[in-house]
Amino acid sequence: VEIYLPIADLPVNVFLLLGMGLAVGFISGMFGIGGGFLMTPLLIFVGIAPAVAVATVSTHIAASSFTGAAAYWRRRAIDVALALMLLAGGIVGTTSGVLLFTALRRLGQLDIVIGLSYLLLLVSVGAMMVAEGLRAMLRARQGKPVELRRPGSHTWIHGLPLKVRFKQSKIYVSAIPVCAIGFIMGFIGAIMGIGGGFLLVPMLIYFLRVPTSVVIGTSMVLTLITMASATILHAATNHLVDAVLALVLMVGGVTGAQFGARAGQKMRSERLRLLLGILVLGVGLRFAFDLIVAPNDLFTIRTIVESP
Amino acid sequence: MKRASRRCISKGAKSSRLDSLPPCGGGPGWGVVPWGTDAPPSPTPTPDPSPQGGGEEFAAPSRPLMRRIPAVCAMAALLLALAALPAGAERLVSSLSSHIVQITSNFTGVELTLFGTVENDPATAPRNGGYDIVATVTGPRESAVARRKERIFGIWINAESRTFVDAPSYLEVLANRPFESIADAGTLHREQIGIANISLPQQIGPDVADVTPNDQFRQAFVRIKHERNLYGEITNGVTFLTPTLYRASIFVPAEALVGNYDVDVKLFADGAVIARTSSAFEIVTVGVERFIANAAVDHGLAYGVATAMMAVMTGWFASIVFRRD
Repeated sequence: VEIYLPIADLPVNVFLLLGMGLAVGFISGMFGIGGGFLMTPLLIFVGIAPAVAVATVSTHIAASSFTGAAAYWRRRAIDVALALMLLAGGIVGTTSGVLLFTALRRLGQLDIVIGLSYLLLLVSVGAMMVAEGLRAMLRARQGKPVELRRPGSHTWIHGLPLKVRFKQSKIYVSAIPVCAIGFIMGFIGAIMGIGGGFLLVPMLIYFLRVPTSVVIGTSMVLTLITMASATILHAATNHLVDAVLALVLMVGGVTGAQFGARAGQKMRSERLRLLLGILVLGVGLRFAFDLIVAPNDLFTIRTIVESP
Repeated sequence: MKRASRRCISKGAKSSRLDSLPPCGGGPGWGVVPWGTDAPPSPTPTPDPSPQGGGEEFAAPSRPLMRRIPAVCAMAALLLALAALPAGAERLVSSLSSHIVQITSNFTGVELTLFGTVENDPATAPRNGGYDIVATVTGPRESAVARRKERIFGIWINAESRTFVDAPSYLEVLANRPFESIADAGTLHREQIGIANISLPQQIGPDVADVTPNDQFRQAFVRIKHERNLYGEITNGVTFLTPTLYRASIFVPAEALVGNYDVDVKLFADGAVIARTSSAFEIVTVGVERFIANAAVDHGLAYGVATAMMAVMTGWFASIVFRRD
């Protein structure tokens, strides 16, 4: 069944969109990520203009992360204080990211920067996560206790001043790394057009040692707020948000996210991290593949959408 | 904001076009009056046969018979109009089976029928070579960047790029036989017959100029557009039903943009253009799709807030529905 998308200006099969929403929603619910880095390339592949895809995906992620956040909220698995402090850093990061974005676009090198940063970020983060996940699995196999939180092993991060106690997460860390992580998330989000959940989750785990159970819900709150505001900003400035496309995607997405969240709760955290690492690495390698393998068609055309 | 402005234009144009339509009816009789008098052929032959068929002509493309009826009626009208012709050289008359294509939620492209007749003076001798028709359909214009990838340090990145300024988003050239047998190269070039002869100006530095047809960026642009069924040449696309009555099918794919489409028809005889006429149709969005498209442009902020609310509501609703604990 074909449905006509009013902003994207083309017809697309409804079941294809629902299926994509379901699949990405499942993954996002399971790992507590927005799934933008998966959904945007999928939409572009279907034939939707990249600008419309990026803008509409933010709406879809907002819905998906709300459902996820609600599920975690009921389990009391959200650290509100931590989310708010991350958000404070995020606002500053987004603003500086948008400034750099504009500067790069003026230089005409934005596409290369985006492509390479996707590649470097996804491959390095994915490889790190896979390595860490495998190590944890091996330790478990050898019968050694899995020590995710090692109380004695404080890193230099724990030596920083301005310490704050986050009761829900049971951590006592400096506000500086929390705001810094928020800043990095906002910055990368603005440059690469992604929610960044797949980065936030490992950073909270590795640097702040937030427990895995709390980290996903907290990351979803942050994703919800940033993506809802991104939707409004995209709609108000560029008129690129396709409500019909977003609705179909989010119906599939929220359903998938429910099952994903349940599956994620049942799974052991180190296995979850390994799977997410493989996924991120896979997408990163896909970007590498595009950059390294000779394309079928050397030429591409893209309609210029003049921004106001 | 290109897309935005285009929608605004189409909104205004649509309402005025609708106002000019006759309320209903319009059998073979209506067509005779404007053409029987000495008035020149109207660029958009006025009364549209579509009121009988309405929008469902396009909502149900699987019923070709339904769609043909208005076309046949109008053809009959054209034939009747021939009887009252003043003496003179050939004149070209054309019309389309519809002037408004409505995009509904199940829009998958549309096929329009272009038809018309060559009005020749019975007193003059018929031309030996017969007539040739070339129809050029041009969609709304938009600027596009064509980029070429190059291998730099082992990775393929976009290196060179060219901007095509206000290139037609849709371009279809229909003729009754290959262009080169209709006229010589010089004439074809002058009359912009065939995609190779249609100007596609590129931005080169501060200047905007057309390039030779074998320019690689131009060729790539036309090729990619052709692969998307947006550019094409059909040299057997025009059929002469009688030596003077012709018809052609114009297919517009679902990917085509909303906006105005111009149909320029040229009559050739003995390798020269002896008459021309033009017509137009418009692709518009209707119903919910139109409402959403307009709201997105006219009330961006409210639209954004509403969409974000929709996202939150959907998420909330799902969390209620799937609640098990």
